Amino acid sequence: MSMLQAEQPRPSYVIVKRPTIWRYVFAAAVLVSLALIVRAFAIGKIDWSVVRYYLFDPDIISGIGNSIILTFLAMVIGIVIGLVMALMLSSSNMVLRYFARGYLYVFRSIPMLLQLLLWYNLALVFPTIGIPGLFAYNTVEVVTPFVAALLAFGIGQGAYTTEVIRSGLLAVGKGQTEAARSIGMTSGQALRRVVLPQAMRVIIPPLGNEVIGMVKYTSLASIIQYREIIYSAQSIYYANTMVIELLMVCAAWYSVVVGLLSIAQHYLERHFNRSAVPQTIVEVTA
Amino acid sequence: MSALVEIVGVTKRFGAFTAVKDVSMEVAEGQVVCIIGPSGSGKSTLLRCINHLEAPDHGFVRVADDIIGYRVAGEKLYEVSDRELARQRSRIGMVFQQFNLFPHMTALQNVTEGPVLVQGKDPAQARTEAMAILERVGLGNRSAHYPAQLSGGQQQRVAIARALALRPSLVLFDEPTSSLDPELVGEVLQVMRELAMTGLTMIVVTHEIGFAREVADKIVFMDGGRIVETGTAQQVLMTPTEGRTKAFLAAVRE
Repeated sequence: MSMLQAEQPRPSYVIVKRPTIWRYVFAAAVLVSLALIVRAFAIGKIDWSVVRYYLFDPDIISGIGNSIILTFLAMVIGIVIGLVMALMLSSSNMVLRYFARGYLYVFRSIPMLLQLLLWYNLALVFPTIGIPGLFAYNTVEVVTPFVAALLAFGIGQGAYTTEVIRSGLLAVGKGQTEAARSIGMTSGQALRRVVLPQAMRVIIPPLGNEVIGMVKYTSLASIIQYREIIYSAQSIYYANTMVIELLMVCAAWYSVVVGLLSIAQHYLERHFNRSAVPQTIVEVTA
Repeated sequence: MSALVEIVGVTKRFGAFTAVKDVSMEVAEGQVVCIIGPSGSGKSTLLRCINHLEAPDHGFVRVADDIIGYRVAGEKLYEVSDRELARQRSRIGMVFQQFNLFPHMTALQNVTEGPVLVQGKDPAQARTEAMAILERVGLGNRSAHYPAQLSGGQQQRVAIARALALRPSLVLFDEPTSSLDPELVGEVLQVMRELAMTGLTMIVVTHEIGFAREVADKIVFMDGGRIVETGTAQQVLMTPTEGRTKAFLAAVRE
């Protein structure tokens, strides 16, 4: 070998990449399929001018607006409950621990649709609600479709968010809390300044999933007459029989909202990754 | 004058296992005490009992005027609130084996976090002081780095700076060099040596016998959750009287 190295000049090889033919084959297959699907819908029995006409119909707009409001408020409730329950699950107080476990068990057992119907029909169980001797309201007047949907989705969602937040808290090592306590932080300060900022990196991706799921869960509220987008669409097509056209309008709006949320999630993740741990050892010369 | 630290009959159990058995000792102000002993001998647990990261099952620890974790009223010790315990701990620094720096904060933020958040110090003032401390541990030019951008030895020195920033009357070191690459041990020991010379009261759990011989005013050898032998470095390391101490030292020196 050493003779070879000594006597012969090293050949200059040229590296040839493997062909990427399959990339083009799949691209072609996808394009053809898409073209066929578009053509099918174009010549199918859908009046696209009706879709276009109703896309910005005031009832549809207010419907998607109500879907977004319900999503937002239900998630706020869900996250607050989730954080409280996740902390209770890791509490040293066993009453709190068992309460949180019980909550999780009940609200993950019952289907969201069933929870919605139960809240909406609360008046059948409790005709009036209030504090005896102080005030009382008719349940029917208090638990409107909006309130019923908010309670069902918010409290139901809280059970799932609990697990998401708990996994985030578990991902932060015990040593972090100990270090925070050793410099004199209270447990609340340690949570806010040290544990939660690190847990966020783990929490955000699945929580983004939950928000997107909630956008679509709100469609269930149409069956208790909450005026979200599906309810609006149905009200219109019961009158004009343009069923598929109005359902397409709904599909378009859901896609837009979920698309915007995905973009927001991307930026949120980037924010928490930037202020969190740089993964590589970089020599920064100040 | 009475000792700065007084450990009185401390016992700590984990389930059926008793990690620390009825240990008592005193540390005078300005003293450097090194606790040595085989792994599982209870030395780290004893150290963690001092700032109440582990609550003792029996006994108590007094540091200066505080019975850590308790409030004295007559014949009874009442458990204090989370906030009061935090106040007591803010006067005891701690350096961990795994550094436990806050990874989402720069070296400087790690050091200023305690003074600003816990002691309510003016942020600009805290930054100036933190920079001075980072200079002292040789990391003035690394203040803007995140922990992940620092070597193990540098991280541990930031952790020492973080502990010093609260101007503690006592600093606890829990095997501060045990998770470092061999070539990085020296820089951390050097910082600790300098601290010892400034008169800081230190309790150090360590396997670095050479370091202990050099800086310790008192060496405590523990085994099986008890203190087996206590004395000066000369006494414990050169002329140990207990068989278990001799066996441990022989094993360490091989």
